[in-house]
Formats: sequence, C-alpha cells, structure tokens
Amino acid sequence: MKKRWVSLFVENDIGVLAKISGLFSGKSYNLESLTVGTTEDKSISRMTIGLVSDDITFEQIKKQLNRLVEVIKVLDFTNTPTHMKEILFIKVKSCTKEEKTELFQIACVFKASVTDYGLDSVLLECVQTETKNDDLIRLLTGQFKQLEIVRGGSVAIESISMTDR
Amino acid sequence: MIPGTSLFVKALKEEGVTTLFGYPGGYAIDIFDELYKQDDIEVILPRHEQALIHAADGYARSTGKTGVCLVTSGPGATNLVTGIATANYDSVPLVCFTGQVPTHLIGNDAFQEVDIIGITRSICKYGVTVRNREDLGRIIKEAFYIARTGKPGPVVVDLPKDVMLALGSTAYPKEVNIRSYKPNLKVHSGQLKKALDMLKSAKEPIFLAGGGVTIARANKEFTELAELTKVPVITTIMGRGAIPTNHPLFIGNIGMHGSYAANQAVSECDLLFSIGTRFNDRITGMLVEFAPKAKIIHIDIDSAAISKNVVVDVPIVADAKQAVEQMLKDAASCNTEVWLSRIQNWKQEHPLSMAANKGITPQKIIEKINTLFPKAIVVTDVGQHQMWTTQYLKMDEGKQLLTSGGLGTMGYGFPAAMGASIGNPNTPVICISGDGGFQMNIQEMATAVGQELPLILCVFNNSVLGMVRQWQTLFYDKRYASTCLRSRKSCSKTCKKPGENCPPYSPDFLKLAESYGAYGIRIEREEDIEASFLYALENKKAPTILEFMIDSEEIVLPMVQGGKPLSNMILEC
Ligand SMILES: Cc1ncc(C[n+]2csc(CCOP(=O)(O)OP(=O)(O)O)c2C)c(N)n1
Repeated sequence: MKKRWVSLFVENDIGVLAKISGLFSGKSYNLESLTVGTTEDKSISRMTIGLVSDDITFEQIKKQLNRLVEVIKVLDFTNTPTHMKEILFIKVKSCTKEEKTELFQIACVFKASVTDYGLDSVLLECVQTETKNDDLIRLLTGQFKQLEIVRGGSVAIESISMTDR
Repeated sequence: MIPGTSLFVKALKEEGVTTLFGYPGGYAIDIFDELYKQDDIEVILPRHEQALIHAADGYARSTGKTGVCLVTSGPGATNLVTGIATANYDSVPLVCFTGQVPTHLIGNDAFQEVDIIGITRSICKYGVTVRNREDLGRIIKEAFYIARTGKPGPVVVDLPKDVMLALGSTAYPKEVNIRSYKPNLKVHSGQLKKALDMLKSAKEPIFLAGGGVTIARANKEFTELAELTKVPVITTIMGRGAIPTNHPLFIGNIGMHGSYAANQAVSECDLLFSIGTRFNDRITGMLVEFAPKAKIIHIDIDSAAISKNVVVDVPIVADAKQAVEQMLKDAASCNTEVWLSRIQNWKQEHPLSMAANKGITPQKIIEKINTLFPKAIVVTDVGQHQMWTTQYLKMDEGKQLLTSGGLGTMGYGFPAAMGASIGNPNTPVICISGDGGFQMNIQEMATAVGQELPLILCVFNNSVLGMVRQWQTLFYDKRYASTCLRSRKSCSKTCKKPGENCPPYSPDFLKLAESYGAYGIRIEREEDIEASFLYALENKKAPTILEFMIDSEEIVLPMVQGGKPLSNMILEC
C-alpha cells in the first residue's frame, strides 16, 4: 500500500464529478482527496486525486478512469516531480497568552500565516503539501486541546525543473 | 427550423434504425406522435419496459445492429435499469432514450421526474441529458457512436420535453469527434509477435475464447487460427460458438459448470491464450489456483479487463477480429499431439452427460433441438436450464446463442427471444427458460401474439427455482428456503420435494397460452419431445409454449463450488 497521486483532465460537464467519485465508491476504491477546478480551457476541468492503494489496484483504477467516456487524460503523478499544495485552516481555541505566542512561533517555522486573532483564539492558514500539513496538525493536536480543522484537498501541477515537490 | 422531435426522427433514419422498442407516456408522447407520422420506422410496444429493453437487447445481439429503446420519464425510465445493467455486462450496443420533465422542472421533484442519468451512471457506458435544443443532433450522433464502437454498451439519452418541442436547426452531423473518447482497435504488432512466439514454444497451450470473439464476429477467423496452430479451444459461456462445438479442437466450457476436460485443461496447461474474456469469478474459481502452471496472454478491447482479475504476462489491447486476422498471417502450427490426446482422455473419462434412465431430461430436449434445428437462434433465461443449454447445445455457423452471462438476469430470455425474432423474421427462435424466469416477463405473451411471432417457448418446468435449490441441496443441507414455486401458505416449511400431493401448479401454462391467443402443450414423456417441436413449427403466426415437465431433483454437473479451484469439481451426487 502506498500513497498515490493522479491528475485527471475531464470534460467540464454536469455529472462528471459524480461519475468519477461514484467509480471510486462503486468499486470500493479508497479515495483520500479529490479537488477539481477548471483549466485555461473552460470546457475542461482538472482534478487532483490522492489515494492509497497497492500496485495492482492502482493500475486498475487508472484504467477504469481512462475508460470513462468523459475522461480526456489520466496522468500518474506518483513518481513525477510536481508542485503540490493543500490549503489548511486551523483554529486554536481557549489559548492562554503564552500559547498564543507559541502559535506565532510555530506558524513562523511552518511557513503558515496567522490570518485571524481573538482574545483566546488564533486562526492559522497553511498552504503546504499534504504531508507538511499533516505534521502541523500532529504538532498542534499534541499541544492544544481545542482545535477546529478544515483542509481543502491537494492540487498539483508538474514541475518545470526536475526537483521541486 | 424544426422541432426536436422531427430532428430525433431524422437522426434515427440516418442511423439506419428501422425498429424501435417503445412505451409511451406524458414526457415521450410528442416523440411518439412524430414517429406515428413515419412509415419506415416500426415501433414495437412491449408490455413492460424491462421486457422492452431486453427485447431491444435480443434484437441487437442477434442482428449486430444497435438496439433502440424509447420510454417515458420516471417509472418508464427506471423500469429500464435491469436491462441497462444486463446489456452493459454483456457489451450490447443499445441507445436508450428516456423522456424527461421540461428543463425548468428538473430538480423540483416534479411529477414523474427521476434523475435517470444519476441512477444509471454506474451501469451504462455513457449517459447524458440534452439541455439545449442545439445539442440534440450532436448528442444523438455521439450516443450511437459510443454505443457501437470500442467495447459496445448501452447509452442513455435523456430528453426533456421542452427541448423536444423547441424549434432548432435541421442539421444532423455526419461525423463524430469526441476528444475524450477515441477507442483503439489497432493491434500492437510487437506484443502480438511476442504472444505468437510464446505460443510456438508452448507444449500444452490452450485458447480461451470469451464473448469478445463472438461480439467481434470473429468466429470464422478464430476457428481458422485454432486449426492453423492446432491449439485446443475452451470457451466461456459468452464465447460458446467461437469455434463449432463439434470441432475436434473444441474441449468445452470453462468455469463453475464447465466440462471436466476443459477445467482440467486450464489447470494443467502451460500457456493460456485468452481472447475477449473478463475472467470473472464464475470462470476462474479460486484465483490463486487458476491456471497455476500457465503463462497467460490476454487480448481484449477493454484495457481495464486486462490484469483486473488474472494477472497476465502479455497484455494486448485490441479488437478480437483484427488481432486474430493479423495472427492468421504469422502463426504457425504447434506440436500439440500429446497434449490433445491427454485432453481426449479427460473427455472420455468424464464426458458431459446426464443419467439416461429417467424420462424427460434437459439433455434429451436440447439434443432434439440440435438435430431438428440446424439453423436457429436459441435464447435462454437464467438458471439451471441456461447451464444445460450452454453445455449441450451444439453451436456451429447456423446457430446463435443469446444469454445473460454477466448479470445473470432472470426474465431476460423470453423478451430477448422476441427481439431476436423481430430482427430475424426468417430464422426459428427458440427460448429456453425455467418456470421461474418465464414468469418474470410472462406478460410479453401479448406482445409476441400481437407481433405474430412464431416463437418456440420451452419452459423447463421443475416447479422450483432450480439453480438456487441446487445450491440448497448441495451446500445448505436441503433447507429449501423460498425456492418452491408450488408452495402455498398451508404447506409445511420442511417439505423436501414437490410431489403428487402438492397443490396444483399455477399458472396453468396451457390455459395461459390460450388466453393470450397462443398455443401450448405439456410434454411428460420422452417420446413426445420431437413431436412437440414439430407441432410448434406448424404455428407460423403465433408463439407456442412447450411446457416440459422436469424432475425437480435434476442437478447441473459438473460443478465447481464458488471460490473453489477449478480442479476441484463435483462430478456426481
Ligand atoms: C432477476 C433475478 N432474480 C434472482 C436471481 C437469482 N436466481 C438465479 S437462478 C434462479 C432460479 C431460476 O429458476 P427457474 O427460472 O425456474 O430456472 P431453473 O433454475 O429451475 O432452470 C434464481 C432465483 C436472478 N438470477 N435474477
């Protein structure tokens, strides 16, 4: 089992998203994250799909996606250099003063920004890779009691150079 | 400027549609009204939409054309669901037009509104609601193209009433260009060469032919290939007929009710060269024990079918006919003599046959069909009778077998036979069904009589839901839960066998035939089998029910229990 990423070009039509997500649920494939938006061509949507699976199932998933009439192209990003980001909001509530200071330091290290602030709460916004966001969440849940978390799912694009991820 | 309904009719004509299976309703009435004005499209009115789509399916499978359904919205559309799934599994090209409420009402829970595209999303090849009049022509063109190309399948086109009434252009496109759909038929010659090299060096190779061979209508070429290479052939149920069944190279069917020799050959072969099969679980039995000694080559038009269940060594995505034709150019004869004689021994050790001492057996009925009907379309329903048919029916160029292989849909047989007969008015069409399945679309007697179809409707009446009962006999200690069709409220739950003291069977199939204006006879003695078919053949303008009284204890053998290895066959009980 391994984490995989797929980038999908599909027709921007009613029902296509339901068809893709329905394929995952109908065939019992484990889908972890799915984001979708239009491209430079308004009639084409691009999806970034994250999932965990073994090699054989993953091959099958790609083929099943490919055979859908509305799917234009399937790209396997698992081993491709990409730029990938996920938006994460974390609201930390009931903090003491010291805790709030600490949160500023954490934000600084994680390259997250403090986007809202109140008497006893802080809102962090972090646009990072999914794993980096996982790290931040792990750190904060260890240290703070009252958290509210919302994450957006990843989007990805192939790198221009061969290094960045 | 013409209304959508007129463009619809024009489109059908351009697609060469001459027969359409339709059932009207408020949101399809305008289209029917337009069809009423036409003389060159015949509209058939079955009595239930489920039967309607099975009829369109039988029409399509038997003629090679695309079947067309037209039904109203809501309940009309949902009644198609079973038929769409059936056609999808067996790769049958259908275009299903469903009426829909006007676009401004879609989403309002309007009267007879359902989201049929949503409902059928996972069981059809493609589905779309036409939201703009100007898209109508293009969408219909694409629907027919998608249904019949690549791996064929059912397409649903949802037609809102206002779109069909709106005025718009008269143009119907000549060509299709769908950027996201470009079926690939061409054979990768490098892969094919690799496959042929493996075939050459194999000592104990077999061909496994699935439905893909018969769908591609590659039977003749495939038989030539088998002869050229001298490689023995095994078929799936859907592939039966890919090579004539009396051909010396034909071994039998593979799978749960395959022959001993065929299943043994798969378990022993060193090369399994398969074409056009999905390797579903009824075929493979326990996966890890499937063809354990073999390298596997797989040709399929659907890349997703390759290595889905059985991991293959050489995958080839291609149309079966093109691939076989290309192989015919390059293939060479293999040295299979020793292997063939081993297989011959298996055949002799455990031939397919049923105990001969009893009166009417399914085998005897089917063998009569073999001798009396050199040319026929045989359609089955689902159950024991289906398996017996796929075991004993002789298939050569004159025969076609239509059966619901992938979904196993009871109620399929009779209406599909009707569609086959409508599409092939000069060919005898024989339906073989169980008393259970026949009753699932029995109302079609009215349609068949109305259409003056000389169908021969064999009902294997064993008073029980035989196939399920067989499982209860073998694996559930004879607890016959809900499988007796004669049981009444007053019957004992633990009854083991329908017999003389039972309440009468209902319906009385002979009276039923009579009430519909058809013919019917009951056959209880072996000597009367032949005469009954001859009698049916005389009834040229109406269907005949031949009710064969079968022992409810009959069992389909051999059998491989689901999930067990193919080599683990139950041969007697
Ligand atoms: C629509 C549908 N419902 C239920 C089943 C499950 N099923 C498979 S075979 C069978 C029994 C069929 O009985 P019958 O039609 O009398 O044929 P027989 O097996 O006796 O030949 C049943 C209930 C099915 N395949 N399709």
